[in-house]
Amino acid sequence: MDNSRRKFLKIAGLSAIAGIGAPTAFNGLLKGEAFASSAPSGGGGHGSEKAPTGKRYGFAIDIKKFASDKDLAQRCVNACHSTHNVPDFGNNKDGSKNRKDEIKWIWAEKFEHTFPDHSHYKKNEQLQETPILTLCNHCDNPPCVRACPTQATFKNSDGLVLMDFHRCIGCRFCMAACPYGARSFNWRSPRELDASGNYKYIKNPNPDFPTRMRGVVEKCNMCAERLAEGKLPACVEAAASSEAIVFGDLNDSHSPVSQVLKEKFTIQRKPALGTKPSIFYII
Amino acid sequence: MIEKALSGNGRYFAWLTFLLVIMGVGGLCYLQQFNYGLGVTGMSRDVSWGLYISQFTFMVGVAAGGVMLVLPYYLHNYKVFGKITILGEFMAVAAVAMCLMFILADLGQPMRALNVLLHPTPNSILFWDMIVLNGYLFLNIVGGWVILNAEKKDVPPPKWVKWLIYLSIPWAISIHTVTAFLYCGLPGRHYWLTAILAPRFLASAFAAGPSLLVICALILRKYTDFDAGKEAINKLVTIITYAAILNFFFVGLELFVGYYSNIPGHMHTLDYLFFGLTDHAGEVYDNLVGPMRFSMVIGMAATIALLFPKMRDSYTKIGWLCGAIFLSLWIDKGLGLVLGGFVPTPLEYIVEYYPSKIELGITAAVWATGAFILTVLYKVAISVKLTK
Repeated sequence: MDNSRRKFLKIAGLSAIAGIGAPTAFNGLLKGEAFASSAPSGGGGHGSEKAPTGKRYGFAIDIKKFASDKDLAQRCVNACHSTHNVPDFGNNKDGSKNRKDEIKWIWAEKFEHTFPDHSHYKKNEQLQETPILTLCNHCDNPPCVRACPTQATFKNSDGLVLMDFHRCIGCRFCMAACPYGARSFNWRSPRELDASGNYKYIKNPNPDFPTRMRGVVEKCNMCAERLAEGKLPACVEAAASSEAIVFGDLNDSHSPVSQVLKEKFTIQRKPALGTKPSIFYII
Repeated sequence: MIEKALSGNGRYFAWLTFLLVIMGVGGLCYLQQFNYGLGVTGMSRDVSWGLYISQFTFMVGVAAGGVMLVLPYYLHNYKVFGKITILGEFMAVAAVAMCLMFILADLGQPMRALNVLLHPTPNSILFWDMIVLNGYLFLNIVGGWVILNAEKKDVPPPKWVKWLIYLSIPWAISIHTVTAFLYCGLPGRHYWLTAILAPRFLASAFAAGPSLLVICALILRKYTDFDAGKEAINKLVTIITYAAILNFFFVGLELFVGYYSNIPGHMHTLDYLFFGLTDHAGEVYDNLVGPMRFSMVIGMAATIALLFPKMRDSYTKIGWLCGAIFLSLWIDKGLGLVLGGFVPTPLEYIVEYYPSKIELGITAAVWATGAFILTVLYKVAISVKLTK
């Protein structure tokens, strides 16, 4: 969105609210704007890397590496899900009709589903057979953050879209807002215990990461907790031997991910929506 | 004034008891949902809103429909509506109360509902929806009650209440506009992403709300001494007819844009709703096709029928035709709009939703609670009107 349009919309929005509004509403709206979009103002087209300030972490996922090693995607998924105590209710197996309670932060998907607007009649066979890692895009302009009524989902200073599990009221507006199907809801308690007092649905619980209560939304956090300790995200680490996922600060032109993006042709999911995803796919 | 609700004939108390039983059963269902989580419903990761939110959306329309009485009476001094304006206001109160209950029933963490106030977030449309709905509830309950009380005491109503009523008119438009904004501002949901959504919501609201009012007025006429009057009913029917015509016109616009542009995203949900979708494995998904076609047929047939004076020469005919329009719009907005919007998913999977028994029980209980509130308020209003 260019500057003048943004300004116009702001003024138009403010005048609309003026009828109802107290001055706090003005401040609130401006604050909300800032929350909803820390997108670099005046940034160029989709997936612009240019931002004057601030970090913006992102991935470049090299699809070819996943084609040559078919188990790699699942190893990444397992690394993530065991790190973050993502429960497995047993009704989320691929092909199963009942995916009702399913919770997933990152998963392997067919190309035509991750990139539905790329499907065409003459399909590239290798691409169709390659598991495509699918996860939250940590959009620079995230619709979920705009939708959340309590700021339970928000963008942090590293450009990560995160969840506050203790503030979420479980309205699931963010799930309707996300164009990437990246969000899961705790339809039931993931903390249910079996007879011997262990978690029924979390196999090897990681004591360093919280489990969730029922009734809240969750999703990939790009391992914000690991980044804080100077570690790589779990999926990046799981794919480290083949360097299938390149991680780094998209706003730092010297970061590994920026270097790769300069050289390789990449695509993003649904770039036309203007969300500016931070996940790039090297085809 | 409320004491007038405490006396009545056997039929009145039998009806209230019947509603209380449904509320009790639904309350038990809610207890289960409260203890286990929303997993007891038919909702899933892919269809993450179900009957609660779709009913909520429809009831916002019913609430807004009350303005079709308030506006002609207070702005155009259309005296014929003077007797029944209070019915519109109290229907709005009951409908908004239902909206709030449906939202509460839909929350994964209902105990945290007040976080919306604790952390006000103006960039969220849900925040504004909370404000406009509660504001509309307040405007209608205060406005209706104060004027009724003045009528009871045979004194002119206080001047300030006029301003509340005037405010309630644009406010009625706002509740349904903001509710449409919940949907039409989401980038990845093609079926909802349409500027006509708010106008369509309003058109269907101004048909569905007054339809329910006509039905209520006819029931009151039959079982009490309160008669809304032929002219008032006829005028309401005219309003319903035009609003319903506009609604179906807007539906036609959606169909044109979808199918003439031939853009898959614009056609998918329409295909799902009216023709059924087939996935790669050849499985057919069409659980809403029957209801949606039925909705279109009875809705348009009843609307066309209302254009003929012969079809509105008796209260029985009017009652049935208004019932058909109400049912049609309930299916279209109370089922198809919200549920259809999730099909296909953002990753273009097709997942169908069926409500669970517990979900149906809770939904029935919210309807029963709405009917209970409406009955009690109407009882008060009519007792005051009839003692005069």
